Amino acid sequence: MSLLSVQKLSMGIHDHPVLHDVTFEVAKGEIVAITGESGSGKSMTAFSVMGLAPGGSHATGRIMLKDTDLLTQTEAQMCALRGNAIGMVFQEPMTALNPVKTIGDQVAETILIHGAGTRAEAMRIAADTLTRVGLPQDRFPLGRFPHELSGGQRQRVVIAMAIALRPALLIADEPTTALDVTTQAQILQLLAKLAREDDMGLLMITHDLAVVSEMADRIVVMQHGRIVEQGDTAHLLHNMQHPYTKLLFAASTHQVDLPPLTSDAPLLRVDGVSRDYRTPRKSVFGAPGTFRAVNNVSFDIKKGERLGLVGESGCGKSTLTRAILGLEDVQAGSITLNGAPVFSAGRANLAVRRNMQVVFQDPYGSFNPRHRVSRLITEPFFLLDDPPKGQDRTDLIAETLEAVGLSAADADKYPHQFSGGQRQRIAIARALIIRPELIVFDEAVSALDVSVRAQILDLLADLCRQYDLTYLFISHDLSVVRTVTDRVLVMQSGQIVEHGPTEQVFSDPQHPYTQTLLAAAPTLPDLTDKASPHAQPPLV
Amino acid sequence: MLRYILKRLLSLVISLAVASLVIFFVIEIAPGDPATFMLGINSQPDTIAALRAELGLDVPQWQRYLNWVGGLLTGDFGTSYTYRTPVAQMISERLWVSLPLAIYALTLSTLIAFPTGIYAASRRGKAGDTAVMGATQLGVAIPNFWFAMMLVLLFAINLRWFSAGGFVGWDKGLGAGLWSLTLPAISLALPQAAILSRVMRSALLDVLGEDFMRTARAKGLTRKQALWRHGLRNAMIPVLTIIGLQFSFLLAGAIIIEQVFYLPGLGRLVFQSINARDLIVVESVVMLLVFTVIMVNFAVDLAYALVDPRLRSRT
Amino acid sequence: MSRNLIIGGLLTALVLLAALLSFVWTPYAHTAMDIPQKLQPPNGTHWLGTDHFGRDILSLIMVGARTSIAVAFVAVGVGMLIGVPLGLWAAARNGGWIDELIMRGNDLVFAFPSLVIAILITAIFGAGAINAIIAIGIFNIPVFARVTRGGALPILAREFIMAARVSGKGDARIAFEHVLGNVANLLIVQATIQFSLGILAEAALSYVGLGAQPPTPSWGRMLADAQTLVSIAPHMALIPGCAIIITVLGLNLLGDGLRDRLDPKLRVSRV
Repeated sequence: MSLLSVQKLSMGIHDHPVLHDVTFEVAKGEIVAITGESGSGKSMTAFSVMGLAPGGSHATGRIMLKDTDLLTQTEAQMCALRGNAIGMVFQEPMTALNPVKTIGDQVAETILIHGAGTRAEAMRIAADTLTRVGLPQDRFPLGRFPHELSGGQRQRVVIAMAIALRPALLIADEPTTALDVTTQAQILQLLAKLAREDDMGLLMITHDLAVVSEMADRIVVMQHGRIVEQGDTAHLLHNMQHPYTKLLFAASTHQVDLPPLTSDAPLLRVDGVSRDYRTPRKSVFGAPGTFRAVNNVSFDIKKGERLGLVGESGCGKSTLTRAILGLEDVQAGSITLNGAPVFSAGRANLAVRRNMQVVFQDPYGSFNPRHRVSRLITEPFFLLDDPPKGQDRTDLIAETLEAVGLSAADADKYPHQFSGGQRQRIAIARALIIRPELIVFDEAVSALDVSVRAQILDLLADLCRQYDLTYLFISHDLSVVRTVTDRVLVMQSGQIVEHGPTEQVFSDPQHPYTQTLLAAAPTLPDLTDKASPHAQPPLV
Repeated sequence: MLRYILKRLLSLVISLAVASLVIFFVIEIAPGDPATFMLGINSQPDTIAALRAELGLDVPQWQRYLNWVGGLLTGDFGTSYTYRTPVAQMISERLWVSLPLAIYALTLSTLIAFPTGIYAASRRGKAGDTAVMGATQLGVAIPNFWFAMMLVLLFAINLRWFSAGGFVGWDKGLGAGLWSLTLPAISLALPQAAILSRVMRSALLDVLGEDFMRTARAKGLTRKQALWRHGLRNAMIPVLTIIGLQFSFLLAGAIIIEQVFYLPGLGRLVFQSINARDLIVVESVVMLLVFTVIMVNFAVDLAYALVDPRLRSRT
Repeated sequence: MSRNLIIGGLLTALVLLAALLSFVWTPYAHTAMDIPQKLQPPNGTHWLGTDHFGRDILSLIMVGARTSIAVAFVAVGVGMLIGVPLGLWAAARNGGWIDELIMRGNDLVFAFPSLVIAILITAIFGAGAINAIIAIGIFNIPVFARVTRGGALPILAREFIMAARVSGKGDARIAFEHVLGNVANLLIVQATIQFSLGILAEAALSYVGLGAQPPTPSWGRMLADAQTLVSIAPHMALIPGCAIIITVLGLNLLGDGLRDRLDPKLRVSRV
């Protein structure tokens, strides 16, 4: 008999349907992954099982946990089950813990609230559980506060809270999405190990098909609130039936077709650059310390080249980006574009800046919500001595919007009228409109769903073919960097630890850090011969 | 933790120094010479000069400032120009009315605001919430001195439970003293309680939306348990800020309420001193009020650190 | 439209209309004394009764509304004109010494209870409506500086600000083009609240004789006059009090309604 059996679950929130006829099972000790893009209903399914769906929701069908239908339980009965029979791990470890309570108290609370022991016993179990999830007492005593821990460590605390009472079912909602790739690998391993050891059912919610394929026993694919396909991982991946599953897989392994390199002349030259930040004073009267975020970094980008810069959060890649854009001065070294410094005499060199534009990550935060598209994308005109006016301006706006796959009529709309992918096209239009030589992409596709991401990557390849562009592509996502760049730099703790042609670095990494990164990155199995009609070169 | 306290202490000292400079020089530029005012416009110039020397007004301004600050530090607030009695003594008599009144009012306001705010937050959107919010909306709009007049009309004139004004003095016993401060304290407290109750509610509702509240629910806590165990302490940070600010409002509000109830507090002393151009008294009382407010804010900063461990380890 | 917005808007409109109407018409001249008719409760000839000089209270209330509104309005204007640029400046220099200086300066003003500022100013310049405006206005400056800074910081952290920088725009231009528009809603709501607090403060100041001086009628002054007569003519105290409550309640409801309508997530400071 299965542990969890969701049968014909349909749910709506205030008359707005969210889930339709969702049916799947999780057995003891089994890892089941629900995957799909945003809006597919995967998280809502998890919250329904927990009985924590948002207010105003109503569900029909059955959610059987062993012999109990969770949908018919009273709130008090659900409280007795949560944390006891079902545990849950959330996406954002930085905010999932109460900042004013110690980690020991928070883990022990799971035990105390269910009356499973005295306070002393609860603290002992909390210590054992924390050790079990990789936070041993000698280094992470119970009296630590959440802000003293890193994101990965906090996620371990959340996991400890969820499994302290050895629940039969653990639900993990995008548990590693907010984490770096090496941390992600460790957390995924931990979850799998716990499920095996405790013979616990694990329901993983994730958008990342690669994560799913490496760890799940069974996969459930959802789209628009419906399950489109489900089955054993290996079987499903090798016999994809539903077009959406095929599309997801194709998009996840999408390879773009880059035009060949034409020139050998350097465009951007970064030479021995270091960037220091002040750290808070150690004492009231002490001198402030400094922190070297970028340490003696040198590299060139050739005209027409697509250069990748990869590294985990805090490695200094954002700082380096700001220095290249001339937004901040550097403490040592020089950055020149076509031989002219990007920052001189205490200010950004605007004549150089006009050859350089940037596309940011967040498709929701990168536009002033009160401005229309025409005003948004013409902001870089400020850099020009003689910006186009009147009909020329209108024509250029229309041409640029069409170049990025939007229409001229979109110029009069506001950003909230567009989807995430469309907004990223607007951001590209803004970077393109003054025809710069270099465009910096700062995690530009990281927030997008895979299918949208594939389209944007194709657009980038088209644009550099049409407009003679050079790209600096900064990302933590190795698979994206691999497909869209010619050459790659690997950054760790402010330094470039490895660089070389992309294919060479990925297939034969030299530096131990690069090797760790590549080993940690989840990968999809090679299905070359049976995959989608547009067979792609193998990834691994 | 020690670093946090030291930093706060440093900013406390700087605030007090700047405040004393501002008060002294603002009052010094006031037109009107106290000696002339005391002796009358038509008195002899040499008489005025003699009085100026006696009052210590004949030395340069910066020296008078140093004398004044030096005196404040040693508890010597100078001598009142009009009453010729030590200012420190005048103030301490009045302080025994104003300070108990402010504390009484703050206690009442907190005692009313916490339960109503928590109740409203836990009944969000339901009838109880609407009722509490309606009442606080009205409470915020009522001027406290008008409310005081209405309390006098009802409880002193019509029901005769309290006397309409005046203070019996603490020598009549704690109970009698508190009784005669009750109407003033209520009139100060209720409008402040309305504000605090709204802040409490909205701070709690903000916290209810935090991710860690969802984590708490996933552990099996009921809505109410999550609110009490995780919500309340996190909501205390904005609430403490408001309580700190309210203390300064209560002290200032007390100046007006003392007028309504004819209480012999600091407020009446200030008005009398302004009318008599008794600048040294005005300076000292204002400095004392500001000092109290700054000290309360310092206490609030320390309370933050007790509530929030992140402050203890940072800066 | 929410209930708050409708009720608040109606009450505020009522008070504004009464104030405007008083320029062209009042039932009686507000200065006209009629001793034989003194201390009359509300009746057919004097709808809201008469005061101890036999003046018509409705006329006094209507003219008094002008004083209250003018003082509170100008005080909000003073606070915004100085406080908003200071707040923007502090936000742009977040963490720097300018920011520290502005915020510590704000704290210092907060340490002076508004009434104490009023008393200080009165001690220097004497009582009057202008001094009431200055006293209330000074206290509005740190409120607006704080709210503007608090609203501007999350906006400055967003990527469109970085995009504007990449386009070569300076701090002042960015503050004007990108930040101000996005904190406008916050400022409108805060202004409504400060306006209502200004009405209350003006009433308190004129009650203790530090606000508008006779013969300019003001609600606080009317309450001061009523105090000794409250047992024989309670309407003299009730009516100006209700006028204050209606005005403040109207503005507060309007502020809440606007906040819910413009952006339910707005954070305003309410003290």
